[in-house]
Amino acid sequence: MEQVTPKSSHRVDHRGLAEPDTKAPMIATVAGETAEFDAAGLTPRQINLEARRLLYTEGVTELTIHNPGAQHSIAVGLLTRCRITINGSLGYFGCGLIDGPEIHITGRVGWSVAENMMSGVVVIDKNAGSLTGAALRGGDLVVRGHAGARTGIDQKGGTIIVGGNVGSMTGFMMQRGRQIICGDAGQGLGDSMYDGQLYVGGKVAALGVDCVEAEMTDADHELIDRKFRIYRMDRPDTFRKFVCGKKLWNYDNLEPTERKLVL
Amino acid sequence: MCGIAGIIYRGRTGDVGRDMARMLQSMRHRGPDSTGYALYGEPNELTVMRFTLADPTQHRDFDFTERLERNRREVEARLAKLGASVDRVQGESEYAYRATFRYDGELKPLADFVEDVPGAEVLSLGRSLEIVKDLGDARSVAEQYRLDGFRGTHAIGHVRMATESDVDIAGAHPYWAYPFSDVAVVHNGQLTNYHQWRRRLERMGHRFQSECDSEIIAVYIAQRMSDGLSLETAMKQSLDDLDGVFTYLVVTSDQLGVAKDEMAAKPLVLYEADDLVALASEEVAIRAVLNREIDTYDPYEREVLVWSR
Repeated sequence: MEQVTPKSSHRVDHRGLAEPDTKAPMIATVAGETAEFDAAGLTPRQINLEARRLLYTEGVTELTIHNPGAQHSIAVGLLTRCRITINGSLGYFGCGLIDGPEIHITGRVGWSVAENMMSGVVVIDKNAGSLTGAALRGGDLVVRGHAGARTGIDQKGGTIIVGGNVGSMTGFMMQRGRQIICGDAGQGLGDSMYDGQLYVGGKVAALGVDCVEAEMTDADHELIDRKFRIYRMDRPDTFRKFVCGKKLWNYDNLEPTERKLVL
Repeated sequence: MCGIAGIIYRGRTGDVGRDMARMLQSMRHRGPDSTGYALYGEPNELTVMRFTLADPTQHRDFDFTERLERNRREVEARLAKLGASVDRVQGESEYAYRATFRYDGELKPLADFVEDVPGAEVLSLGRSLEIVKDLGDARSVAEQYRLDGFRGTHAIGHVRMATESDVDIAGAHPYWAYPFSDVAVVHNGQLTNYHQWRRRLERMGHRFQSECDSEIIAVYIAQRMSDGLSLETAMKQSLDDLDGVFTYLVVTSDQLGVAKDEMAAKPLVLYEADDLVALASEEVAIRAVLNREIDTYDPYEREVLVWSR
């Protein structure tokens, strides 16, 4: 019997680490503190290893990566202050788990960009996929185009700014931080949010559970103006603000099992 | 997880077999179990039928080859019995075949009569649709079935990570929308009201090849279209009728459509240009067939989009 087995191009070790023996390809041109390299033909792991080598051991603070080719998991886990320009588009999980870098992406990004970013700035010139800024902890995430569904799901801090529209369930279960959305929002905006602020310039298809409209204050206007000045974006004339209705705040209520323990 | 891809050339034909193989191969990490292609060649007056007589996972007993040969002759005899003048029946692999014949009658009795042969399964039937599916990644299936030279107008494809049913050819996508000529579906997701719809459609006289939930979509769309709905309307109605998470692609002889569920739970990246439309679960797949810088976007929830070639 002829059994067709899938041929995999890269190896995964017992911990699940892809390409465990790969070394940084050492192809970048370095000039003082700036460096650049062409990522065409490299695997995500090779691109990340090269970026880490430059930023951590070569003292580079300004890095340009050309032709990322929409590959996944590029520029993740960088924990140093630096400036990175990504000349092209990224796939899924780009710029995740970073703390410090200022990243500019000239193309678009797939799902889950800047997931769990602690601090820093990520600016995307074109569209972003779903789950943009999932579990964001801090920093600014700017999407100049449209973003997909569940933008800022489980957000715990920081600011997400979207120049276009966002999809359904934006701000789902967000706990802190703010989102400034210039375009329209899909259904289920701010569903089950605990806290934080959502500012929407366009139409809202439908609010999610326990999300209510609130008054815009001077502080809100000031914050929005300041952010738009920094990123040189055109702001819509008016914004509506949405916050948690606090109807689902049942922190004092005990679960039946807990009640038994107290008694 | 699964990965899906579609490509439609506008007003021209292209190397659709080669392009689809490249798209699917770049998404092999999304589904290593099996790969399937639904390719549309130049329409001609002959009817094309792709069918299998055994599964690659099946145990091979001593008269395996002989039995297959006997069953292949039986399929040919049955086609002739229904008034089809057979052009040729060609072995594409050890157990898969491609038959071309002249036939103007109803497709349903023909498909049923052929599938009555032991082990026979009709993968596709139509004037231009050809479905090829097998275990393994995109490249090995394309090599096995020599898809590199396949020229055509549009195609969809699927790499499968089996979650709901077995790893075999019957569980692999794309699904032909039995008994509708030239309609096929690929799906990424899970359907939760599968059994309800399966019972409903079975009562209407449809047969199911597999236990795979995705097959429902193909038969559902075919049923709606035979009720007189357009492809787009049928797809819009499916958003309310089907429960679960899905992004699926449908192709007919001249159209390609995509539908997303109301939570936009499954990914899809879309690229539209003057000369072609390409869409896939990941952007790397689209970039695998275009060597220019491209601008893509993700359709939102409950979106139904249809393109004509």
